[in-house]
Amino acid sequence: MIRIAWLVAVKDLRIEARSRVLLWQVLPFGAMALLLSGLALGPTHAGHSTAGPGLFYLVTLFVALLMINRSQGIERTPGTRASVATLGLDPAGVFLGKTLALAIELWVSGVVLLCGAVLVLHTALHGALLALPSIIVTLGAMAAAGTLYGALTSGGEGAATLLPVLTLPAFAPLLISGERSFSAALNHGALWQWWVIVVVALVAYLGVGILLYGVLEES
Amino acid sequence: MMKQLSQRLLGPVTLALLTLTFWLGMWVTPPDKVQGDLVRLVYVHPAIAWVALYVSFGTATIASALYLWKRTRSMVMDRVAHCAMEVSVVFIILTLITGSIWGRPTWGVWWAWDARLTSTAILGVLAVGYLALRRANDDPSLRARRSAVFAILSAINVPIIHFSVLWWKTLHQGATVFTANRTLLIHGIMAWTLLISFIAFTLLFFWLLRARYRLEVSRDQSRSVALATSLEMRRREGAI
Repeated sequence: MIRIAWLVAVKDLRIEARSRVLLWQVLPFGAMALLLSGLALGPTHAGHSTAGPGLFYLVTLFVALLMINRSQGIERTPGTRASVATLGLDPAGVFLGKTLALAIELWVSGVVLLCGAVLVLHTALHGALLALPSIIVTLGAMAAAGTLYGALTSGGEGAATLLPVLTLPAFAPLLISGERSFSAALNHGALWQWWVIVVVALVAYLGVGILLYGVLEES
Repeated sequence: MMKQLSQRLLGPVTLALLTLTFWLGMWVTPPDKVQGDLVRLVYVHPAIAWVALYVSFGTATIASALYLWKRTRSMVMDRVAHCAMEVSVVFIILTLITGSIWGRPTWGVWWAWDARLTSTAILGVLAVGYLALRRANDDPSLRARRSAVFAILSAINVPIIHFSVLWWKTLHQGATVFTANRTLLIHGIMAWTLLISFIAFTLLFFWLLRARYRLEVSRDQSRSVALATSLEMRRREGAI
C-alpha cells in the first residue's frame, strides 16, 4: 500500500511539475485573492493583522478547491481509470498517494500565501512561524478530505460546482480550528484544543478514505 | 394482515397524536415561571430536532452503510437512504426555524453564531449536498455508492452537534429534559406532553418516509416502462 501510495504521489507531482498549473495559474490566483482581501479591508494596519489568519485560510480554501479539481482532473484523462483497474492497484494506496501529492501542493501554496500574509496583511512573522505546524496539519487534513470529496464528485454532472457545495461544510471545522490556532499563535494563546480537532479530523478522513476509496472507484 | 393494519393506522395515529400534542401544548400545560408562554415551543422544537438529527439522518446513515455492505446491498437500501435524507432536510429546516422563533425573544436575535446552531446549519447544507450529489450522477449504481459514502461522511457531524453544548461555551442551553445523572427535569403534564410530541413527530417521520418511498418506487417503475416503450419504438422504426 505504501509503495503504491508513493508511486501515485510521484506520478501526480511529476504531472504537476511538467504542466506547471500550480506555479502559473493557482499561485498567481492565490496571491491576487490575498491582495484583493487586503484592499477590501482598507489600509488600517491593526485591521489587517487581526484579520490575517482568517483571510489566509479563506484564500487557502479557494486554492485548495482549484487543486482538488485539478487532482481529480488528472484521473479523468482517457484510459487512466481503466489502467488503474487493469493493474489492480490497491485503492487505499491510490487514495494515500493522491492525498500526499495534494498535501505537498497545498503545503507549497500555504508557504507562499503565508509569506504573502506577512507582506500584504502585516501578519507578525514570529506568530506566522509559530502557526506553521498547525497550518501543515490543517492543510494535510484538507488534502485528505479533498481527495475523498473530489472522488465523490468526479465525472458527475457539474462536478466543478458541486465540489464546493460538498466540501465547504466538511472544511468548515478545519478552517475554524486552523484560524483559531493561527490567531492563538499570533496572540501567544493556547493552541492544543484546536490542534485536537484538526488531528482527529485528519485521522478520521484518512481512515474513512482508506476504507471507502475503493467503493468509489468500483466499476 | 397485521402489517397492512399497522400501515393503514400509521397516518391516523400520527395525526391524532399531533393534534393531542397541539391541544396539550397550547391549552392544558401551564406557562413557565420564567419564560411564560414561550415554553410551549418545547413541545415542538426538541421533537423536530430529535427527528432531524437522530431518526431521519440516522435512518439515512444506517441504510447507506447497509448498501455499502455487500451482503445487504440492494436498491431498497439506497431508496430508503435517499427518502430519509429528503425528509431530514425538511426537519432540519424546521429545527432551524422553530429554534429561531424561540431565539428572537430569548436571545434578542434570530440567528447567533453558536456552536450548536452553526453545526446544525452545516448538517442542513450537507443534507442538501447529498441530494445535489444524487442529481449529478445518472448511473444508479454509481449514484448509490457515492451518495452512501457521502451520507456516512456527513454523519460525523451528528455527534459534533450533540456534544457541541458540552464542548464549547454556547448560547444554546445544555440538556433540558434530563440532568447528567439521568434525573428528569420536567414533571407532570409537561413531561407527558413532551413525550407524546416525541412519539408524534417520530411517527410523522415514518409516515412521510413511507409515502416518499412509495413515490420513489412508482417513479422507478414509470422510468422502466418509459425506457421499454422507447426501445420498442426504436425497434419498430428499425423494422420499417
